[in-house]
Amino acid sequence: MTATIPAPAASAEFLLDVRGVHKRFGDLTVLGGVDLTVPRGQVITVLGKSGTGKSVFLKCLAGIVTPDAGEICFDGHALNAANAVARAEFRRRCSYLFQSNALFDSLTALENVALPLEQTTQVPNAEIRERCLEALRQLELERFRDEHPGQLSGGMQKRLALARAIVTRPELVLFDEPTAGLDPLRRNSVFEMIAKYQRQFGFTAVLVTHDVPEALAVSDRIALLDSGRMRFQGTPAEFARSDDPAVRAFRDSAGALRDTIAAVRRGEAPPSEDFL
Amino acid sequence: MLETLGRTSLAVVGELGNFALFAGRSFASAVGSRKLGRRIMRALYEQGVRCLPVIVIVGLFTGLVLGLQGYYVLNRYGSTSVLGELVSLVLIRELGPVLAALMLVGQAGSALAAELGIQRNSEQIAALETMGASPYAYLIAPRLIAAALSFPIQTAFFSLVGIWGGFLSGSWLLPLSGGVYWSSVHLAVKPADIRECFLKAVVFGLLTTAICAHNGYNTHRRSRATGARAVSASTTRAVVVSSIAVLAADYIITSLLVGT
Repeated sequence: MTATIPAPAASAEFLLDVRGVHKRFGDLTVLGGVDLTVPRGQVITVLGKSGTGKSVFLKCLAGIVTPDAGEICFDGHALNAANAVARAEFRRRCSYLFQSNALFDSLTALENVALPLEQTTQVPNAEIRERCLEALRQLELERFRDEHPGQLSGGMQKRLALARAIVTRPELVLFDEPTAGLDPLRRNSVFEMIAKYQRQFGFTAVLVTHDVPEALAVSDRIALLDSGRMRFQGTPAEFARSDDPAVRAFRDSAGALRDTIAAVRRGEAPPSEDFL
Repeated sequence: MLETLGRTSLAVVGELGNFALFAGRSFASAVGSRKLGRRIMRALYEQGVRCLPVIVIVGLFTGLVLGLQGYYVLNRYGSTSVLGELVSLVLIRELGPVLAALMLVGQAGSALAAELGIQRNSEQIAALETMGASPYAYLIAPRLIAAALSFPIQTAFFSLVGIWGGFLSGSWLLPLSGGVYWSSVHLAVKPADIRECFLKAVVFGLLTTAICAHNGYNTHRRSRATGARAVSASTTRAVVVSSIAVLAADYIITSLLVGT
């Protein structure tokens, strides 16, 4: 059966085009009309304070959470109106890297990486094994192929989750706080890994993170989610120049914290509520 | 009062509908699922082989008690010669399927509900969905098929060990002749009894596995609990509902078969 997502229109320069996405949970409005455009082959980072709905937004993009209103276009075609076959086609072309990695504890590293190919394609078993070993080799995990996720370190688990995400050769990879809970060295190595493999495989990436300096270094574009809306979208250089107070608060958070701590130690000022 | 009754009734009907959809989707998803055989084998090992020691032990003690109680009751009427008939028919028609199912719910069913609950909480099920893989085909269908295969075998083990336990009570501990016991068993058990036993085992296997899987799979929908407490609540609910379902289904099947 052929997929019902037609060939991309020549004008679809944005792989993802999000317009007016709303999401409420009970009385709480998490997303109040989010717009975002993601150019093909670029890395875009979505920044925002904890609890602003970054992960919910990413889950809306991945189809795990259904938006209440708004439109998400992938490769020029609205996913909201897509049928089951078109959604399956979208999922084949998109991978999601969970904050918790979501690896299967009962499967070995090799079996974890093979899972999406085994369950969603008709690729022959020999080719699946070859592609999985290649993915593990590229992420320097080949000698751990028979280990279970619980036997691997946090950084290795993250690499294994990335291997599983890229083994299907997706066009779009969504990263949900890929460095959460990692120490600074491992955090850097995860961002290096994303940059390296994005360049190697050419996928488009949407990252959600709190790590501002690293995000500025690795991203082609930055977006700031604040109060349920995209407060800012632009290049890292534009982000660095922006006078928007929310952008400034994020950009200058390290310096602001230093100043506040110094003031607290001198007994001059209470901590700002923004830091609580 | 009326409002509460109405709301509860609607919730029960809705839950039954969800459960039916869940079971239907799980069976339908098995068609064309890759490496299903390997996953069924793994489920057979977990739900079947690993539960066999419990089945054998509980079956043996059930038979021992039945033999002991049966002998003294039948002795009042001078009918100890039909002890084999009593033990074998009670085990094959009723206690074998019911007690084996309850034991399997306690061991394999609770483990299944907890495992699926943890997989839901740790986003493994969401990961399958984002891959475009069917969680029903990958996680549920192999368990249901394995239950349909393993429950009759385990029930047969339970009943056979129980009948042998009745023999131990009647002929080793008490003065009934072994020949009389086995001859009574031989004359009493008919193919229809075996069919009833296997029919109940298959129904109980599918029913309890589907209930446990449904509860574990929907752990995130438990509005009153989250995280580990939600898994605990789902597992408890799975075991309680499955146990009640076994007894209710047993009554329904028995009442249908007794007439025929």
